[in-house]
Amino acid sequence: MKRSKLTNSATNNSPRVPREISSPAKLRELQRVMAAALFRPLTPRWDMQKRWIDGSRMGEVAAEFIKPNDRLSSFERLEIYNRQYWFRVLDCLYDDYPGLRAVVGERKFIKLITVYLARYPSDSYTLRDLGNRLEHFLREEPHWAAPREELALDMARFEWAQVVAFDGPSKPPIKPDDVLDTSPAKLRLGLQPYLSLLELDYAVDDFLIAVKKRESDVLRGEASNAVQSAPKAAKRRKRVRPPKREKIYLAVHRHDNMLYYKRLDLEAFAILTALSRGATVEEACAEAVTASSRTKIDWPVQIKEWFNNWAALGWFCRYRECCT
Amino acid sequence: MPANPFNGFTEYGIGIGLRVPHYRHILAKKPVVDWFEIISENFMVDGGRPLEVLDSILEQYRVVQHGVAMYFGSADKFDREHQKRLKRLVKRTKTPWLSDHLCWGSVDGRYTHDLLPMPYTFAVARHTAEKIRAARDYLEVPICVENVSSYAEYYASEMTEWEFLSEVVELADCGILLDVNNIYVSSKNHNFDPYDYLNNIPHRRVGQIHIAGHSKFEKYLLDTHDHPVLDPVWQMYAHAIKLVGSTATLLEWDDRIPSFDEVHNEALKANKFRDQQLASSAA
Repeated sequence: MKRSKLTNSATNNSPRVPREISSPAKLRELQRVMAAALFRPLTPRWDMQKRWIDGSRMGEVAAEFIKPNDRLSSFERLEIYNRQYWFRVLDCLYDDYPGLRAVVGERKFIKLITVYLARYPSDSYTLRDLGNRLEHFLREEPHWAAPREELALDMARFEWAQVVAFDGPSKPPIKPDDVLDTSPAKLRLGLQPYLSLLELDYAVDDFLIAVKKRESDVLRGEASNAVQSAPKAAKRRKRVRPPKREKIYLAVHRHDNMLYYKRLDLEAFAILTALSRGATVEEACAEAVTASSRTKIDWPVQIKEWFNNWAALGWFCRYRECCT
Repeated sequence: MPANPFNGFTEYGIGIGLRVPHYRHILAKKPVVDWFEIISENFMVDGGRPLEVLDSILEQYRVVQHGVAMYFGSADKFDREHQKRLKRLVKRTKTPWLSDHLCWGSVDGRYTHDLLPMPYTFAVARHTAEKIRAARDYLEVPICVENVSSYAEYYASEMTEWEFLSEVVELADCGILLDVNNIYVSSKNHNFDPYDYLNNIPHRRVGQIHIAGHSKFEKYLLDTHDHPVLDPVWQMYAHAIKLVGSTATLLEWDDRIPSFDEVHNEALKANKFRDQQLASSAA
């Protein structure tokens, strides 16, 4: 195959590779074109798209900078990388979001994630962060999760919270003795950075537990330079019935480095949320109790029990340390 | 060349990669292993289980860091957050050397999470070497760069891959992590003699060797790390050991990971070639 000439149609919107890579700037131009090619979604048959951004033939674009060999055209060689990119990122989110996958279904999940990553390519060196803008995307374009938009959003938030809880930062926990001398009117408590507080419209915790019971051996390749096959989306699994609408308040956290999710009463959730906003302990408690519709509760006893429990779980840290 | 400046003057033997499916076995059974290689990025986290496991491993084993996201060949500057976290991890593990790939993988802050081939030009070699030097100065640890397997070549290249590797490591004054399997895979994909590669790199700079399995497809080989090492790769390894001496060697097995013992036994096959080399040196 002959090397094609650069066409006049090349514009800023359809980047092309310079003939000589004689400087870092030229290197960047090459890398921009190659990355743009990799980030372009595959066809439904998991092939590279036949047309480039400007409508020209992808084979011609590839032939401008990639040599063919005796077995593979320039297009086919670039296609190997295009496939590897998508197989890797789809596989990663496939494993990290089993709940969202179960909510929207396997095929729609692949489509949703493809559109998401085409819109928001990875901006982090680690695949761990690949889902960090999924909630934002689902708020922007909920129709990709139709007809279960709200459930999908709840699940995406819940599953991201688990990523954070798994290996997010922690601060030295406060012990009750550390704050005994401080009046509740002045005491502010920080919450561990790995702790997420979620107000949700669906019982996604029970749903995810049921989904995971049906999942098995989720392993992710860690360092291989290659991903050889399409994501496992084609595998058919029995679906778990989606949950009905039900308000829940959830804390997603870790204890002894194990991941947990804990249901909270509305008032407990309100106290923790207020603390995370910077309210004093007294303000947080007063706000929660005043707003509560429950009457037959011995609030001092209940609140003391909650705080003891949260302290035992190590959720509190010094206020000024929690966000640094 | 068992110990050299590029592997921190260490004499490590046969190591294996520390992988999640083996955590429980290693922590419970405490098998005898020369050293473990960790993927740096898997432990550049703020807390939780990964660091707890790492600290337990560090109490009993020697650990060497191997990275997948430094991207010496990217036109972008280093990701500062990545560098900071990497340095923190280097202090934690006390790795005697650190390796990453001679490749690029990100541009304009967007990450492909792949190890993409470089155009082999002198300008790119200079740029890449500068980044390696900068990384070594910041991280304060010897660096070895690993040759990657590749499936594409650029028209812009001005030299062979091994010439490019040699140019980069000489300019950077760094070490080589010689991945024998990657050379084999690339040689089949690009029609060159892998022994030309082995024979024409600066052997004194090889601080570590990787061996691994790969997969054969109809028109190309893919570096999948999901098989035992194939015979042609073992033959190349034997040749490499003759050239560079008994060198710290690691078996990579990253997908369809079998039992710990199976992986370890496969890695220990490398001892046969090291012993042969030592015997011939003594004779």
